[in-house]
Amino acid sequence: MSFTDEQLERYSRNIILKEVGGKGQKKLLNGRVLIIGAGGLGAPAAMYLAAAGVGHLGLADADRVDLSNLQRQIIHTTSDVGLPKVESARLTIKALNPDVTVQTLEGLVTAENVSSLIKDYDFIIDGTDNFPAKFLINDACVIEGKPFSHAGIIRFQGQLITYIPHQGPCYRCLFPAPPPPDAVPTCRQAGVIGAMAGVIGSLQAMEAVKYLCGIGKPLTGSLLTYDALSMEFRKIKVTKRATCPVCGDNPTIVQPIDYEAPSCDLKP
Amino acid sequence: MELIVSGVKKNYDGALTVTQLLAVEKVATPEYVTVSINEELVDQAAFETHLLADGDQVEFLYFMGGGRG
Ligand SMILES: [Zn+2]
Repeated sequence: MSFTDEQLERYSRNIILKEVGGKGQKKLLNGRVLIIGAGGLGAPAAMYLAAAGVGHLGLADADRVDLSNLQRQIIHTTSDVGLPKVESARLTIKALNPDVTVQTLEGLVTAENVSSLIKDYDFIIDGTDNFPAKFLINDACVIEGKPFSHAGIIRFQGQLITYIPHQGPCYRCLFPAPPPPDAVPTCRQAGVIGAMAGVIGSLQAMEAVKYLCGIGKPLTGSLLTYDALSMEFRKIKVTKRATCPVCGDNPTIVQPIDYEAPSCDLKP
Repeated sequence: MELIVSGVKKNYDGALTVTQLLAVEKVATPEYVTVSINEELVDQAAFETHLLADGDQVEFLYFMGGGRG
């Protein structure tokens, strides 16, 4: 694969980096990243990956664009209200960079479809907003041996960790089981500043870029936490739990599980 | 006893279990918090019996669920 003149210009700031170069840009163009959730986290992640020239992006989301999304979900615009989020996101990505092929799933990611969905991708970004989905993505990625970036945001706080197969802990090592519905507030209930989604979603995109290019060190074995009010980033070292039900010594979870959706999500 | 809690050195009177530290630190929803001591994750079942030692480095990990909606 050789670059067109347009690509050389479009990606010149990537290619000029000695860590990336033409070789890294080719890896990006051949790269396949699945973004589950085209919302707060998924929006900046998808846009930066598209802009960087990640050649194949998958988007999965069941929702339609709502006016209250636009405070943070910068991949959607006012005229997109009412459109399926994956369609609105696809249009933005196509306008941003026609080099990118976009595959969309307008629907929920479930125990039934998650494994076949992630199979075709090199790296997965968890941009979901609820614990059943987060545990589902973790378990499927551990079982299928796929690297992924987990993240969560609320109010003025955010956190993320990267899982690479057979390296460091998975999300379930940190949290063995999801909390009961409504036990822990979600963004919908507690609020969040849009730039928080931008900070954390962009860090997820950075992890995907590093992974695809094979550069730097992934955020494995540490949970990076960000407190916007004190403007503090902390890296909390975490190790794999031998008793982890999915990546531990004697796994009891050998296929993805659908937990009940949180009841608060059923309300409009 | 001196502990390093969430990166901050603090002094505590007498011996404390993980459960007691969670109460002293007024951690919200302690039943859903993950605790690491000296970079090892502690089983929830051991919170009530695990005694903290002088110099222990304690971290609280919280569920954060937002992102998409
Ligand atoms: Zn694990």
